[in-house]
Amino acid sequence: MATTIPELVEPTAAHADPRGRGAQPYMNPYVAGIGLGLVLLTAFVVMGRGLGASGAFSAAVAWAVNSLAPSSVEGNEFLERYIGDRSTHPLKTWVIFEVLGVFIGAFISGLLAGRTAVMVEKGPRASRAMRLWLAFGGGALMAIGADLARGCTSGQALTGGALLNAGSWAFMVCVFGGAYAVAYFVRKEWI
Amino acid sequence: MNAPFFNHGLFGEETSLLVAVLIGIGFGFFLERAGFGSARKLVAQFYLTDLAVFKVMFTAIVTAMLGVTLLGGLSVLDMSELYLVPTYWPSQIVGGLLLGAGFVIGGYCPGTSIAAAATGRVDGAVCVLGIATGTLAFAAAFPWIEEFYLAGSAGDLTLPQLLHLPYGVVVVGVVAMALGGLYGATLIERRFGGRNS
Repeated sequence: MATTIPELVEPTAAHADPRGRGAQPYMNPYVAGIGLGLVLLTAFVVMGRGLGASGAFSAAVAWAVNSLAPSSVEGNEFLERYIGDRSTHPLKTWVIFEVLGVFIGAFISGLLAGRTAVMVEKGPRASRAMRLWLAFGGGALMAIGADLARGCTSGQALTGGALLNAGSWAFMVCVFGGAYAVAYFVRKEWI
Repeated sequence: MNAPFFNHGLFGEETSLLVAVLIGIGFGFFLERAGFGSARKLVAQFYLTDLAVFKVMFTAIVTAMLGVTLLGGLSVLDMSELYLVPTYWPSQIVGGLLLGAGFVIGGYCPGTSIAAAATGRVDGAVCVLGIATGTLAFAAAFPWIEEFYLAGSAGDLTLPQLLHLPYGVVVVGVVAMALGGLYGATLIERRFGGRNS
Protein backbone atom coordinates (compact mmCIF):
# COMPACT_ATOMS: atom_id res chain seq x y z
CA MET A 1 0.00 0.00 0.00
CA ALA A 2 2.70 2.43 1.03
CA THR A 3 4.40 2.46 -2.34
CA THR A 4 1.25 3.63 -4.10
CA ILE A 5 1.14 6.86 -2.11
CA PRO A 6 2.84 9.72 -3.93
CA GLU A 7 5.07 11.83 -1.72
CA LEU A 8 5.28 15.55 -1.62
CA VAL A 9 9.00 16.03 -1.31
CA GLU A 10 9.84 19.02 -3.47
CA PRO A 11 9.75 22.04 -1.17
CA THR A 12 8.56 24.30 -3.97
CA ALA A 13 5.71 21.96 -4.82
CA ALA A 14 3.59 22.95 -1.81
CA HIS A 15 0.71 23.98 -4.06
CA ALA A 16 1.25 21.42 -6.76
CA ASP A 17 -0.83 18.38 -7.41
CA PRO A 18 1.59 15.43 -7.60
CA ARG A 19 -0.45 14.01 -10.45
CA GLY A 20 0.75 16.90 -12.57
CA ARG A 21 -2.51 18.80 -12.90
CA GLY A 22 -2.14 22.41 -11.80
CA ALA A 23 -3.62 23.15 -8.39
CA GLN A 24 -4.90 26.62 -7.67
CA PRO A 25 -2.91 28.80 -5.26
CA TYR A 26 -4.32 29.36 -1.78
CA MET A 27 -6.65 32.21 -0.93
CA ASN A 28 -5.19 35.46 0.34
CA PRO A 29 -4.83 34.94 4.13
CA TYR A 30 -6.70 38.13 5.02
CA VAL A 31 -9.64 37.21 2.76
CA ALA A 32 -9.68 33.65 4.19
CA GLY A 33 -9.46 35.11 7.71
CA ILE A 34 -12.45 37.40 7.10
CA GLY A 35 -14.37 34.42 5.67
CA LEU A 36 -13.52 32.30 8.71
CA GLY A 37 -14.42 35.19 11.03
CA LEU A 38 -17.84 35.58 9.35
CA VAL A 39 -18.51 31.83 9.74
CA LEU A 40 -17.63 32.16 13.44
CA LEU A 41 -19.86 35.24 13.76
CA THR A 42 -22.70 33.31 12.11
CA ALA A 43 -22.28 30.55 14.70
CA PHE A 44 -22.49 33.14 17.50
CA VAL A 45 -25.59 34.82 16.05
CA VAL A 46 -27.46 31.65 15.06
CA MET A 47 -26.38 29.21 17.79
CA GLY A 48 -24.99 31.33 20.63
CA ARG A 49 -21.78 29.30 20.50
CA GLY A 50 -18.62 29.19 18.46
CA LEU A 51 -16.71 26.59 16.48
CA GLY A 52 -15.10 23.40 17.75
CA ALA A 53 -13.15 20.31 16.77
CA SER A 54 -11.62 18.49 19.75
CA GLY A 55 -15.05 18.16 21.39
CA ALA A 56 -16.10 15.85 18.56
CA PHE A 57 -13.25 13.50 19.44
CA SER A 58 -14.28 13.53 23.10
CA ALA A 59 -17.90 12.78 22.21
CA ALA A 60 -16.85 9.96 19.86
CA VAL A 61 -14.52 8.41 22.45
CA ALA A 62 -17.22 8.70 25.13
CA TRP A 63 -19.65 6.93 22.80
CA ALA A 64 -17.14 4.16 22.02
CA VAL A 65 -16.26 3.56 25.68
CA ASN A 66 -19.93 3.64 26.65
CA SER A 67 -20.74 1.05 23.98
CA LEU A 68 -17.86 -1.32 24.78
CA ALA A 69 -17.50 -0.90 28.54
CA PRO A 70 -20.40 1.13 29.97
CA SER A 71 -19.25 0.58 33.54
CA SER A 72 -16.01 2.54 32.94
CA VAL A 73 -18.03 5.67 32.19
CA GLU A 74 -19.52 5.65 35.72
CA GLY A 75 -17.72 8.10 37.95
CA ASN A 76 -15.56 9.44 35.11
CA GLU A 77 -16.78 13.00 34.89
CA PHE A 78 -14.96 13.67 31.63
CA LEU A 79 -16.88 10.90 29.86
CA GLU A 80 -20.15 11.30 31.77
CA ARG A 81 -20.48 14.85 30.46
CA TYR A 82 -20.78 13.51 26.90
CA ILE A 83 -23.02 10.56 27.75
CA GLY A 84 -25.49 12.59 29.78
CA ASP A 85 -28.56 10.85 31.16
CA ARG A 86 -28.55 8.33 28.28
CA SER A 87 -31.76 9.83 26.87
CA THR A 88 -30.12 10.82 23.59
CA HIS A 89 -27.44 9.10 21.50
CA PRO A 90 -23.97 10.42 22.48
CA LEU A 91 -23.09 11.02 18.82
CA LYS A 92 -26.22 13.09 18.26
CA THR A 93 -24.46 16.19 19.44
CA TRP A 94 -23.76 19.59 17.88
CA VAL A 95 -19.98 19.37 17.54
CA ILE A 96 -20.05 15.93 15.87
CA PHE A 97 -22.32 17.30 13.13
CA GLU A 98 -20.22 20.45 12.84
CA VAL A 99 -17.02 18.40 12.34
CA LEU A 100 -18.82 16.29 9.74
CA GLY A 101 -19.48 19.60 7.99
CA VAL A 102 -15.78 20.56 8.29
CA PHE A 103 -14.87 17.36 6.46
CA ILE A 104 -17.42 18.06 3.70
CA GLY A 105 -16.46 21.74 3.37
CA ALA A 106 -12.73 21.01 3.14
CA PHE A 107 -13.41 18.21 0.65
CA ILE A 108 -15.45 20.54 -1.59
CA SER A 109 -12.84 23.31 -1.40
CA GLY A 110 -9.94 20.95 -2.11
CA LEU A 111 -11.75 19.35 -5.02
CA LEU A 112 -12.72 22.70 -6.59
CA ALA A 113 -9.12 23.94 -6.32
CA GLY A 114 -7.50 20.74 -7.57
CA ARG A 115 -5.66 20.34 -4.26
CA THR A 116 -7.12 16.97 -3.27
CA ALA A 117 -4.51 14.23 -3.62
CA VAL A 118 -3.60 11.09 -1.72
CA MET A 119 -0.14 11.90 -0.35
CA VAL A 120 2.05 12.21 2.73
CA GLU A 121 3.16 15.75 3.52
CA LYS A 122 6.65 16.05 4.97
CA GLY A 123 9.93 17.85 4.62
CA PRO A 124 12.62 16.68 2.17
CA ARG A 125 14.77 15.03 4.88
CA ALA A 126 12.03 13.02 6.62
CA SER A 127 11.15 9.43 5.78
CA ARG A 128 7.52 8.58 5.28
CA ALA A 129 7.53 6.24 8.32
CA MET A 130 9.04 8.94 10.55
CA ARG A 131 6.46 11.44 9.39
CA LEU A 132 3.52 9.12 10.00
CA TRP A 133 4.71 8.11 13.49
CA LEU A 134 5.16 11.77 14.39
CA ALA A 135 1.72 12.62 12.95
CA PHE A 136 0.26 9.97 15.26
CA GLY A 137 2.27 10.97 18.34
CA GLY A 138 1.74 14.69 17.77
CA GLY A 139 -1.99 14.05 17.40
CA ALA A 140 -2.10 12.16 20.69
CA LEU A 141 -0.18 14.90 22.53
CA MET A 142 -2.42 17.55 21.03
CA ALA A 143 -5.54 15.71 22.16
CA ILE A 144 -4.29 15.59 25.74
CA GLY A 145 -3.57 19.32 25.56
CA ALA A 146 -6.99 20.15 24.10
CA ASP A 147 -8.81 17.97 26.63
CA LEU A 148 -6.92 19.61 29.52
CA ALA A 149 -7.65 23.08 28.16
CA ARG A 150 -11.34 22.33 27.48
CA GLY A 151 -10.90 23.21 23.81
CA CYS A 152 -8.46 23.43 20.92
CA THR A 153 -7.43 26.02 18.37
CA SER A 154 -11.08 26.21 17.24
CA GLY A 155 -13.06 26.07 20.48
CA GLN A 156 -10.58 28.00 22.61
CA ALA A 157 -8.24 30.14 20.47
CA LEU A 158 -10.62 31.25 17.69
CA THR A 159 -13.94 31.20 19.55
CA GLY A 160 -12.71 32.35 22.95
CA GLY A 161 -10.30 34.78 21.30
CA ALA A 162 -13.17 36.60 19.57
CA LEU A 163 -15.18 36.69 22.83
CA LEU A 164 -12.18 38.09 24.75
CA ASN A 165 -12.26 35.03 27.03
CA ALA A 166 -9.32 35.35 29.45
CA GLY A 167 -8.46 31.63 29.62
CA SER A 168 -8.65 31.36 25.82
CA TRP A 169 -6.09 34.12 25.37
CA ALA A 170 -3.73 32.47 27.87
CA PHE A 171 -4.24 29.19 26.00
CA MET A 172 -3.53 30.81 22.63
CA VAL A 173 -0.28 32.42 23.78
CA CYS A 174 0.80 29.02 25.18
CA VAL A 175 -0.03 27.22 21.92
CA PHE A 176 2.36 29.47 20.01
CA GLY A 177 4.91 29.23 22.85
CA GLY A 178 4.77 25.43 22.95
CA ALA A 179 5.08 25.13 19.18
CA TYR A 180 8.04 27.52 18.88
CA ALA A 181 9.79 25.79 21.80
CA VAL A 182 9.57 22.38 20.12
CA ALA A 183 9.99 23.42 16.45
CA TYR A 184 13.79 23.24 16.58
CA PHE A 185 13.76 19.62 17.77
CA VAL A 186 11.56 18.38 14.92
CA ARG A 187 13.14 20.47 12.16
CA LYS A 188 14.24 17.34 10.31
CA GLU A 189 10.58 16.45 9.89
CA TRP A 190 9.84 19.69 8.01
CA ILE A 191 12.85 21.54 6.61
CA MET B 1 -32.85 41.14 21.39
CA ASN B 2 -33.48 38.38 18.87
CA ALA B 3 -30.11 36.70 18.63
CA PRO B 4 -28.70 34.12 19.32
CA PHE B 5 -31.60 32.66 17.35
CA PHE B 6 -31.31 29.16 18.87
CA ASN B 7 -31.48 30.46 22.44
CA HIS B 8 -34.59 32.46 21.55
CA GLY B 9 -36.39 29.37 20.29
CA LEU B 10 -36.34 30.15 16.57
CA PHE B 11 -35.66 26.46 15.88
CA GLY B 12 -35.25 23.24 17.84
CA GLU B 13 -32.57 20.66 18.59
CA GLU B 14 -33.07 18.69 15.37
CA THR B 15 -32.67 21.76 13.16
CA SER B 16 -29.63 22.83 15.18
CA LEU B 17 -27.82 19.72 13.96
CA LEU B 18 -28.47 20.75 10.34
CA VAL B 19 -27.18 24.23 11.22
CA ALA B 20 -24.10 22.50 12.68
CA VAL B 21 -23.36 20.76 9.38
CA LEU B 22 -23.82 24.01 7.42
CA ILE B 23 -21.59 26.04 9.75
CA GLY B 24 -19.04 23.21 9.66
CA ILE B 25 -19.03 23.27 5.86
CA GLY B 26 -18.23 26.99 5.94
CA PHE B 27 -15.49 26.40 8.52
CA GLY B 28 -13.91 23.52 6.60
CA PHE B 29 -14.16 25.39 3.31
CA PHE B 30 -12.23 28.42 4.56
CA LEU B 31 -9.67 26.26 6.41
CA GLU B 32 -8.85 24.48 3.15
CA ARG B 33 -8.97 27.73 1.11
CA ALA B 34 -6.40 29.22 3.49
CA GLY B 35 -4.09 26.25 2.90
CA PHE B 36 -4.69 24.71 6.32
CA GLY B 37 -5.24 21.24 4.91
CA SER B 38 -1.49 21.19 4.31
CA ALA B 39 0.85 20.35 7.20
CA ARG B 40 3.80 22.06 5.53
CA LYS B 41 1.86 25.27 5.06
CA LEU B 42 0.77 25.15 8.73
CA VAL B 43 4.14 24.40 10.34
CA ALA B 44 5.90 27.02 8.20
CA GLN B 45 4.46 29.36 10.84
CA PHE B 46 6.90 27.89 13.38
CA TYR B 47 9.93 28.19 11.06
CA LEU B 48 8.89 31.78 10.19
CA THR B 49 8.80 31.16 6.45
CA ASP B 50 5.03 31.61 6.00
CA LEU B 51 2.95 33.25 8.71
CA ALA B 52 -0.47 32.44 7.20
CA VAL B 53 -1.59 30.70 10.43
CA PHE B 54 -1.09 33.90 12.43
CA LYS B 55 -2.61 36.12 9.72
CA VAL B 56 -5.72 34.00 9.16
CA MET B 57 -6.31 33.40 12.89
CA PHE B 58 -6.02 37.02 13.92
CA THR B 59 -8.01 38.32 10.97
CA ALA B 60 -10.77 35.83 11.87
CA ILE B 61 -10.68 36.74 15.57
CA VAL B 62 -10.83 40.48 14.85
CA THR B 63 -13.62 40.03 12.26
CA ALA B 64 -15.80 37.97 14.61
CA MET B 65 -15.00 40.21 17.60
CA LEU B 66 -15.98 43.38 15.71
CA GLY B 67 -19.13 41.66 14.43
CA VAL B 68 -20.16 40.66 17.96
CA THR B 69 -19.35 44.17 19.22
CA LEU B 70 -21.40 45.81 16.45
CA LEU B 71 -24.42 43.48 16.75
CA GLY B 72 -24.24 43.68 20.55
CA GLY B 73 -24.08 47.48 20.38
CA LEU B 74 -27.13 47.56 18.08
CA SER B 75 -28.94 45.31 20.61
CA VAL B 76 -29.48 42.69 17.93
CA LEU B 77 -27.32 40.12 19.71
CA ASP B 78 -27.43 39.45 23.44
CA MET B 79 -23.73 39.04 24.17
CA SER B 80 -24.40 37.67 27.65
CA GLU B 81 -25.94 34.57 26.05
CA LEU B 82 -22.80 33.60 24.11
CA TYR B 83 -21.23 30.53 25.69
CA LEU B 84 -17.89 31.18 27.38
CA VAL B 85 -15.56 28.32 28.29
CA PRO B 86 -14.81 28.89 31.99
CA THR B 87 -11.23 29.84 32.79
CA TYR B 88 -9.00 27.40 34.71
CA TRP B 89 -5.50 28.88 34.56
CA PRO B 90 -3.22 25.85 35.22
CA SER B 91 -4.93 23.35 32.92
CA GLN B 92 -5.39 25.87 30.12
CA ILE B 93 -1.78 27.03 30.26
CA VAL B 94 -0.38 23.48 30.30
CA GLY B 95 -2.99 22.36 27.76
CA GLY B 96 -1.96 25.16 25.41
CA LEU B 97 1.74 24.26 25.70
CA LEU B 98 1.00 20.57 24.98
CA LEU B 99 -1.28 21.41 22.07
CA GLY B 100 1.36 23.72 20.59
CA ALA B 101 4.04 21.03 20.90
CA GLY B 102 1.69 18.45 19.38
CA PHE B 103 0.84 20.88 16.57
CA VAL B 104 4.43 21.24 15.32
CA ILE B 105 5.18 17.51 15.87
CA GLY B 106 1.96 16.25 14.27
CA GLY B 107 1.69 18.96 11.63
CA TYR B 108 -1.94 19.83 12.35
CA CYS B 109 -4.32 20.96 15.05
CA PRO B 110 -7.55 18.99 15.59
CA GLY B 111 -9.68 21.01 13.13
CA THR B 112 -7.05 21.17 10.39
CA SER B 113 -6.33 17.43 10.68
CA ILE B 114 -9.94 16.87 9.58
CA ALA B 115 -9.46 19.23 6.62
CA ALA B 116 -6.21 17.42 5.71
CA ALA B 117 -7.80 13.98 5.89
CA ALA B 118 -10.70 15.25 3.75
CA THR B 119 -8.26 16.30 1.02
CA GLY B 120 -6.37 13.00 0.92
CA ARG B 121 -3.44 13.72 3.24
CA VAL B 122 -2.49 10.34 4.72
CA ASP B 123 -0.51 12.06 7.49
CA GLY B 124 -3.68 14.03 8.30
CA ALA B 125 -5.71 10.83 8.62
CA VAL B 126 -3.00 9.28 10.84
CA CYS B 127 -3.04 12.45 12.96
CA VAL B 128 -6.83 12.03 13.36
CA LEU B 129 -6.17 8.50 14.68
CA GLY B 130 -3.55 9.92 17.05
CA ILE B 131 -6.02 12.50 18.38
CA ALA B 132 -8.60 9.77 18.99
CA THR B 133 -5.98 7.68 20.81
CA GLY B 134 -4.84 10.65 22.90
CA THR B 135 -8.43 11.45 23.82
CA LEU B 136 -8.95 7.87 24.95
CA ALA B 137 -5.75 8.02 27.02
CA PHE B 138 -6.88 11.30 28.61
CA ALA B 139 -10.29 9.81 29.43
CA ALA B 140 -8.67 6.73 30.97
CA ALA B 141 -6.29 8.84 33.07
CA PHE B 142 -8.94 11.41 34.01
CA PRO B 143 -9.48 10.20 37.61
CA TRP B 144 -5.79 10.96 38.29
CA ILE B 145 -5.80 14.23 36.31
CA GLU B 146 -9.08 15.56 37.70
CA GLU B 147 -7.58 17.52 40.58
CA PHE B 148 -5.24 19.44 38.26
CA TYR B 149 -8.04 19.81 35.69
CA LEU B 150 -10.22 21.61 38.23
CA ALA B 151 -7.46 23.66 39.90
CA GLY B 152 -7.19 27.45 39.60
CA SER B 153 -10.79 28.03 38.58
CA ALA B 154 -11.63 31.63 37.68
CA GLY B 155 -15.11 30.97 36.29
CA ASP B 156 -16.46 32.91 33.31
CA LEU B 157 -13.77 35.55 32.98
CA THR B 158 -13.20 37.98 30.12
CA LEU B 159 -10.15 40.13 29.45
CA PRO B 160 -12.07 43.35 30.25
CA GLN B 161 -12.97 41.88 33.67
CA LEU B 162 -9.45 40.59 34.26
CA LEU B 163 -7.78 43.87 33.28
CA HIS B 164 -10.50 46.09 34.82
CA LEU B 165 -10.89 47.92 31.52
CA PRO B 166 -14.05 48.82 29.60
CA TYR B 167 -14.99 46.31 26.88
CA GLY B 168 -14.53 48.88 24.10
CA VAL B 169 -11.00 49.70 25.23
CA VAL B 170 -9.98 46.02 25.06
CA VAL B 171 -11.58 45.70 21.59
CA VAL B 172 -9.57 48.68 20.34
CA GLY B 173 -6.47 47.24 22.02
CA VAL B 174 -6.91 43.85 20.31
CA VAL B 175 -7.42 45.53 16.91
CA ALA B 176 -4.28 47.64 17.43
CA MET B 177 -2.32 44.56 18.55
CA ALA B 178 -3.55 42.58 15.55
CA LEU B 179 -2.66 45.36 13.08
CA GLY B 180 0.81 45.64 14.64
CA GLY B 181 1.21 41.86 14.64
CA LEU B 182 0.11 41.51 11.04
CA TYR B 183 2.52 44.23 9.96
CA GLY B 184 5.28 42.51 11.95
CA ALA B 185 4.39 39.18 10.32
CA THR B 186 4.89 40.74 6.89
CA LEU B 187 8.32 42.01 7.94
CA ILE B 188 9.29 38.58 9.32
CA GLU B 189 8.18 36.86 6.11
CA ARG B 190 10.25 39.32 4.08
CA ARG B 191 13.26 38.43 6.25
CA PHE B 192 12.84 34.62 6.47
CA GLY B 193 10.44 33.78 3.65
CA GLY B 194 11.93 31.68 0.90
CA ARG B 195 14.93 30.71 3.00
CA ASN B 196 13.57 27.33 4.00
CA SER B 197 10.35 27.10 2.04
